[in-house]
Amino acid sequence: MAVIEITDQSFEEEVRKSTKPVLVDYWADWCSPCKQLSPIIDELAETYGDRMVFAKLDTNANPDIPMQQGVMALPTLQFYVNGEVVQQFQGGKTKAALIRAIESIID
Amino acid sequence: MSSNPFAVPGLDLGLGTSTPVSEESTFLHTDDTIHEVIIVGSGPAGYTAAVYTARGGLAPLVFEGSIGAGGALMNTTDVENYPGFPEGVLGPDLMGKMRTQAERFGAQLVADDVTAMDLMGEMKTVTDSAGVMHRAKTVILAMGAAHRKLDIPAEEKYSGRGVSWCATCDGFFYRGKDIAVVGGGDSAAEEATFLTRFANSVTLIHRRNELRASKIMVSRVLEDPKITVAWNSRIVDMSGEPTLQSLTLEDTVTGQTREIEVAGLFEAIGLVPRSELVAGQVELSEGGYVKVDGSSTRTSLPGVFACGDLVDDVYQQAITAAGTGCRAALDAERHLANLTRDPS
Repeated sequence: MAVIEITDQSFEEEVRKSTKPVLVDYWADWCSPCKQLSPIIDELAETYGDRMVFAKLDTNANPDIPMQQGVMALPTLQFYVNGEVVQQFQGGKTKAALIRAIESIID
Repeated sequence: MSSNPFAVPGLDLGLGTSTPVSEESTFLHTDDTIHEVIIVGSGPAGYTAAVYTARGGLAPLVFEGSIGAGGALMNTTDVENYPGFPEGVLGPDLMGKMRTQAERFGAQLVADDVTAMDLMGEMKTVTDSAGVMHRAKTVILAMGAAHRKLDIPAEEKYSGRGVSWCATCDGFFYRGKDIAVVGGGDSAAEEATFLTRFANSVTLIHRRNELRASKIMVSRVLEDPKITVAWNSRIVDMSGEPTLQSLTLEDTVTGQTREIEVAGLFEAIGLVPRSELVAGQVELSEGGYVKVDGSSTRTSLPGVFACGDLVDDVYQQAITAAGTGCRAALDAERHLANLTRDPS
């Protein structure tokens, strides 16, 4: 399953109301660790996309949701279950660390 | 200091963890190839070592790291002191060029993290994040250094909630705000200057009464109307709910404390070498830097070479890291040539 692009407008529908867990990747084009993280998120979506929604939010084009969520550092990753944040990472994470987090959430 | 020097805020390289990733990866296996050289790290030192060993026909296997690839320069903006770029070059662009150059001559670049190394024997092994063991006759260590932390209790609480180690990543969130930078070197001066494009004001906090940064950076700081310097000051506490609102500064001369209201603090107070994976194998200095023999890159173990910020607690420049990366490549080549000549 591919990664979806979400916006300030679609956040409610795609994340809050999702029946599956959601990983939201907050990124911006000036953030180099974000660029390195991006292909890792794509790979994870290939493997886990049937059990979890993978979403990317461009914080530059969509400032409202990051502000509401108190995102002050990039990259930030949030895991949502039933519309609520259950886990949050700031800063680049290795694929191994993300797999551990994903598996603990979809189990 | 954090108990795990690899727990870098903003840049978790995943080094130092050997926890199996998932069911299938608990099956450890060894790659059949015996490499001439494996390079661990991918800043200017690692990529330069890769360029030289690749051109030497050694087809180096380079572990770049999954997130830290490119090293510290990936989080900088303009690099103005790297020779050959009279107009300056963006840190990520410079690293992209070095990477391409290494690849062009046959370096095998792997965007993965090393989780373990065994360097003691004649055959060295390097284990990747999937648990695969790669073998080599020589290893070049170029893991670099991580950001030093202030190591005060409040720092952890505000990490990502006002405290940042990456001005280029997070400066945007402080548009129109009053913020602070702590440190006195080139990195601190560069970040303070860079952050003025977003912030209303920047306070540069330094524990001494003069900056260590190069003259040109110092004059940029001192002439910038948005920057004030808090001399002889160290941060002893932070407060605010739910995010950072103020810092408590102690005057290092008089001992008096005062509060400054800031929404953000960017830390640029130096580096900690990422030597954890090789501690107990190669000799380290008291500060954790890998010790090398004289002006060479030879470590205490034959066939193991070290370069870049991992060995350098003095210069810590892109060009000096690249220089030692070159030396490490030449030292490794010489070592391999001697192995062939004298197969003892």
